[in-house]
Amino acid sequence: MPSRSPILVLLLWSLFAGSAAEAQQKAGPTSDNIVARGEYLARAGDCIACHTAPEGRTFAGGRAMPTPFGTLYSSNITPDRETGIGKWTAEDFYKAMHTGRFPDGGLMYPAMPFASYTKVTRADSEAIFAYLKSIPPVNQRNREHDLRFPYSNRQLILGWRTLYFNEGEFKPDPTKSAEWNRGAYLVEGLGHCGMCHSPINALGGTAQSDAFKGGLIPMQNWYAPSLTSNREAGLGDWSIQDISDLLQTGVSQRGVVYGPMAEVVHNSLQYLSDEDTRAMAVYLKGISEPSPPPPASSVLPTTESSLLISLGKTVYDKNCASCHGAQGEGKPPHWPPLANNQSIEMQSAVNPIRMVLNGGYPPGTKGNPMPYGMPPFAGLLSDNEVAAVVSYIRTAWGNRGTPVSARDANELRSAPLN
Amino acid sequence: MPIYVAIRNQPDPVLEGGDVFARNAALALAIATLAACNVAAAQTANQPPDTMAARVEACTPCHGNKGEGTSDVYFPRLAGKPAGYLYNQLLAFKNGRRKYPPMNYLLEFLTDPYLQQMADYFADQHPALPPVVASDASQEVLQRGQSLVTRGDPQRQIPACGSCHGPALTGMEPGIPGLLGLRPNYISAQLGAWRYGTRTAKAPDCMQQVAARLTEEDVTAVAAWLANHPAPVMNAPAPKGTYVLPFACGSEPE
Repeated sequence: MPSRSPILVLLLWSLFAGSAAEAQQKAGPTSDNIVARGEYLARAGDCIACHTAPEGRTFAGGRAMPTPFGTLYSSNITPDRETGIGKWTAEDFYKAMHTGRFPDGGLMYPAMPFASYTKVTRADSEAIFAYLKSIPPVNQRNREHDLRFPYSNRQLILGWRTLYFNEGEFKPDPTKSAEWNRGAYLVEGLGHCGMCHSPINALGGTAQSDAFKGGLIPMQNWYAPSLTSNREAGLGDWSIQDISDLLQTGVSQRGVVYGPMAEVVHNSLQYLSDEDTRAMAVYLKGISEPSPPPPASSVLPTTESSLLISLGKTVYDKNCASCHGAQGEGKPPHWPPLANNQSIEMQSAVNPIRMVLNGGYPPGTKGNPMPYGMPPFAGLLSDNEVAAVVSYIRTAWGNRGTPVSARDANELRSAPLN
Repeated sequence: MPIYVAIRNQPDPVLEGGDVFARNAALALAIATLAACNVAAAQTANQPPDTMAARVEACTPCHGNKGEGTSDVYFPRLAGKPAGYLYNQLLAFKNGRRKYPPMNYLLEFLTDPYLQQMADYFADQHPALPPVVASDASQEVLQRGQSLVTRGDPQRQIPACGSCHGPALTGMEPGIPGLLGLRPNYISAQLGAWRYGTRTAKAPDCMQQVAARLTEEDVTAVAAWLANHPAPVMNAPAPKGTYVLPFACGSEPE
């Protein structure tokens, strides 16, 4: 009997552990508590990323947001009656989310992702509002935007809205599963993934047909890859588990997030429930399209390319192979593989060049609280060596990228880092 | 172990008759454990070392493998500095209070407890201090530096560096760094940044107040003398509270 009891204890303990974990997940999005639900949804919408300044009070705004048209300053969304949204009604808040207008009818700049938030349901909008009303009010006046002429004229927003804004809540696709639709709702709505992952034209807009086709993020000079093309960040041949890991912990067997996406995982995605993460993964996997043929080969002359690639192998073996492996196999998830890694092979080489120059840490998350960092090589490698090693990893081990030039590498040395 | 006690005290007919089940369960558990061990071993072999050293490799190109510094004169040694000081700096870079974009970028999305672990790691490293390189500053400049560091200038309300950074200039736990083993370019760049207000710390910002009273010549002289002065063999920061600071300092809570 005594010899058997520890086993029973173990079995019982694992039953307990199982039910506790289940209960915790259920407390997330399905909780009846509207304030808790609103907090969860505000995380999903990543409101904090823009509406809280560095070292500033939570949701008191004042964060500078550089845009090609000048600098915008985010607004105070605490319930302060004088400087925040303390006098707003739930209806005002829904109208702001849904139509991009202030309670007095004034137009919001589309840096506020109302083109995505318009898809948010009224119930979810009301929960977020209930949460924002529950946080401590902060008396901090909004700072005037600093936009260049003619962008300082708010009437221009009317033109932008005519071209690029389609008002309307999310409409589920009845031919798809409930899980797919939940994922679509989060990705297209609160997640506002399209703000970065869709190409942005000179007017700061995205044509609907280009949704999720990828693009260079203005002012940041990171390339937000296409979520539909498997030649970029299309997730067609990823497992649901790997996609979920990437979204929730920042690292996965297939790759790791850095740069602006690290912000999203750190502030928003790590807090989503397993079910919602999985729903986003199912949807993201579902929208990947059959890949177009690889782009035309490099613009560099063949002799220059082969010289670069042979120098690149030397640089790689000396500086990179100790972590990423002689065959680019890495030690995933912490030291990401480079072989068969879409983010290395994409047509735009901006991200791999930046990673070599500046290194980076994946975000600290509950699932990966002590991430491993990639060293910056800007001070150790010349432009030519950076171009060489990036050309090498883009073409070695069956990778189907194209070589890059020393000039490409040099231009990114001055790219903004934060 | 309340569950354990409960089971022992309440003989359950089903459990009593469950010998076969229990044996099978034990066997299954044993097998499962063995299998799990194998998987774990395979994963460990294929994983980066589970150490802080491997996690902070991103720091090494600029700060050296153990935080001893590199040939770049503007990148400081980290090894052996008080953990509280290093943590304050990591936080300041993370929040953008200290502005150096390559550092701001690296730390922006790391958690505060992890930054504390990084600080502890570098505080615990003790690679040899670099040999002092003979200064090309004149005797006059070095004397002026020595005078400011050791006596300050009461007329201009400049305290001696040692009044906060310790009589041996090795700093004090948790927040005050030592001043020896650094290079003149780094010291003068930092003093310059304090003077111009581009480097700040929590209020009351004592370093900012002191540096604001220094002239450019003072900065050059202080940096030259400090860099030229060998660190003592016992160069660990003094324990917290060893001496009383002449004024309040936000970085060193009382």
